Amino acid sequence: MSDTLLEIDNLTVDFQLPTGTVSAVKHVSFSLQPGETLALVGESGSGKSVSSTAAMRLLPELARTSGAIRFKGEDLLRATPRRMRHIRGNAISMIFQEPMTSLNPLHRIGRQVAEVLEKHRGLKGRQARAKVVELLEQVGIPDPARRIDSYPHELSGGQRQRVMIAMALACEPELLIADEPTTALDVTVQAQILALLKDLQARYGMAILFITHDLGIVRHFADRVCVMRRGELIESGPTAEIFDTPRDDYTRMLIDADPRGRKAPVDPSMPVLFEAKNLQVRFTLKKRLFRASEHFEAVRGIDLTIRRGQTVGIVGESGSGKSTLGRALLRLLDSRGEIRFDGQDIAALDTAGMRPLRSRLQVVFQDPFGSLSPRMTVGEVISEGLRVHQPALDRRQREARVIEALEDVALDPAMRNRYPHEFSGGQRQRIAIARALVLKPEFLLLDEPTSALDRSVQVTVIDLLRDLQQKHGLTYLFISHDLSVVRALADTVLVMKAGQIVEQGATEEIFANPREHYTRELMRAAFVDAA
Amino acid sequence: MTTDTLPDNRLSLSEATAGESLGRDAWRRLKQNKAAMVSLVLLVVIAVTCLIGPYLLPWGLAEVDWNAFSVAPGLDSGHFLGTDANGRDLLTRTLYGGRVSLSVALVATLVSLVIGVLYGAISGYVGGRLDNLMMRFVDIMYSLPFMFLVILLMVVFGRNIFLIYAAIGAVEWLDMARIVRGQTLALKQREFIEAAHALGVRDRKIVTRHLIPNAIGPVIVYVTLTVPKVILLESFLSFLGLGVQEPLTSWGVLISEGTDMMQSAPWLLLVPSLFLATTLFCLNFLGDGLRDALDPKTR
Repeated sequence: MSDTLLEIDNLTVDFQLPTGTVSAVKHVSFSLQPGETLALVGESGSGKSVSSTAAMRLLPELARTSGAIRFKGEDLLRATPRRMRHIRGNAISMIFQEPMTSLNPLHRIGRQVAEVLEKHRGLKGRQARAKVVELLEQVGIPDPARRIDSYPHELSGGQRQRVMIAMALACEPELLIADEPTTALDVTVQAQILALLKDLQARYGMAILFITHDLGIVRHFADRVCVMRRGELIESGPTAEIFDTPRDDYTRMLIDADPRGRKAPVDPSMPVLFEAKNLQVRFTLKKRLFRASEHFEAVRGIDLTIRRGQTVGIVGESGSGKSTLGRALLRLLDSRGEIRFDGQDIAALDTAGMRPLRSRLQVVFQDPFGSLSPRMTVGEVISEGLRVHQPALDRRQREARVIEALEDVALDPAMRNRYPHEFSGGQRQRIAIARALVLKPEFLLLDEPTSALDRSVQVTVIDLLRDLQQKHGLTYLFISHDLSVVRALADTVLVMKAGQIVEQGATEEIFANPREHYTRELMRAAFVDAA
Repeated sequence: MTTDTLPDNRLSLSEATAGESLGRDAWRRLKQNKAAMVSLVLLVVIAVTCLIGPYLLPWGLAEVDWNAFSVAPGLDSGHFLGTDANGRDLLTRTLYGGRVSLSVALVATLVSLVIGVLYGAISGYVGGRLDNLMMRFVDIMYSLPFMFLVILLMVVFGRNIFLIYAAIGAVEWLDMARIVRGQTLALKQREFIEAAHALGVRDRKIVTRHLIPNAIGPVIVYVTLTVPKVILLESFLSFLGLGVQEPLTSWGVLISEGTDMMQSAPWLLLVPSLFLATTLFCLNFLGDGLRDALDPKTR
């Protein structure tokens, strides 16, 4: 095995925390050949990122590592800091998940890419600049000679990730570690970035260690797959083998994690609950004193009808206006146009006028970490709406309602006196759902409620939402960029792009034969066809 | 990362039912913090001593003991902590001085806390034109020279200790308002605020129940910085002849007088310094403890 590029041998990483030792990685071994793509797959907390950061020796101080990480025979765990600096960015380089924060906002992108070249290749001035332009061109940045002087905020998320890739490839590394490089990107952009990586790999012959939680991506991308769970390597093998004959139950569950089932259809003669006509939302970008102000039209004239008991799915990429539309319908944002809820025109109501309706219109947000106040107990969070809408209830009655709501979302009611940070993402999302349900609403706006969750947790939350809908006769407006989730939940689908609806229809119909090019694009990128 | 390390959902009921609200929980956590509790007890002891001590001591604030000028601390003379060059009992004067220093600190900090936090939270939460107006008012207050303000107040109302409270209070809340406004602007973007809107929670409640409790960390840190600042500001005013006047005194004044006699009578500097330093030390520990106690993430 002399040609092995990277060999991780019995690696263990412990974090020494004040509360005790936490083992993030336990006796993990795998190896990577030159030019090969290995995918490290696992859910949050599985230790996949920790193992790869260990290879770069970039773990925090608290970490204790044992075992060996051999890069071309050299044990990196015992290399001097000076030697590591030479290896990083040169022989091994890394790209990260968050393109929005991994570039320094104060420096032009050309300068940031040139920094690597300066450090490892000694290129300066015009030479470095020429090389940067060449790199930017290779990663598909349009008009690189001009873009080289852009600041990160002038680029889109996908373009920033391309710049990160250019930086990583500047010294033609033998190993590229890609830590969830496409997770923060829209599906269509995601597909482009993956194609780019594949293309560059063919050109440079580098090996890629690809870390992801999404097995769907891996199928088309990796040569071999390692599945990790709770710090342990539970299964590894060639991609096709893992997908065709998974040995472990957990792997099988990950492969099957696409939400299943369809929603039972609703009688089309059900009364209309929500109706919007020519809804428009615009944000003022710049106020001008004497000239017209600059505006951004986030939602441009949308008509929408939601019948009782229905679930309407809205899909679109970031910036398509789907979240804005949802917030405008609930009058959390100012809008123009007509909004009718249960026959009543609510577009013109003020805050006080909306208040009685708020208990019937509830919302669950995307980020389960941001949507619960960290200084309130779960019980306080859930009962807050009751204090507003049913002030007559005494403490005991409120408590009973909180318990009922927690049982509805399958959480132990004894947990109501704990604080949100003590719960996992999926549990928090259940708490957020309980907060909405405790008021016994008729309508629920679900704004990407599953996007921040692990695949396996996602499935349980979707099942829960479907059960609750049936049990309480709820009407949903479900906003998501994830087509497979929408397919499992929605009766009808609206596809949004740039503030407008480009296509709408019954879910099965849209998925079976999408008419618009954009819809087809979305589906192809989301790998729905592979299912 | 927390997903898998979390314990199983089932908890013993006794643990789960302990602690109902942030306030009670915070008190429970504060009690576990030894440094903070010792500091709290010490602070109470110092405050109570300053309050009732002078009545128990045989000497008055301005009473001159003709037999004892610049006597060193000791038991024989009856002046436990010695006397100053005018034969006045130092312990008595330090305790009287403590009343002034502590009350200035308390009032000015309370004013800065109440006005500053509310002002900042409202300004940041409402935003837009009101925010602009409110913050420009703060800017104007900032740009007024502090001395000018104090002298102006003196001219209008005459010399009075309450003027010091008013003057210091009027200035100290400005920083607090800015800090809280900044916090509020960041918190306002969070989804739990939007969730509260969607629940129909009134603006007043959103500010008091969601914004202020979540901004409390930096506020407490700032308060522990404000107290020493205020005590020193008062002594500075007194030094210029604008603050407390003889025979009344304060810790700051005693220290500045003691500095002059450092060579011949070091106790005149050491005694009030020790009181002041202990108080500030305790306040810092207590502030740290409070900040941790009010954050449910620290257990």
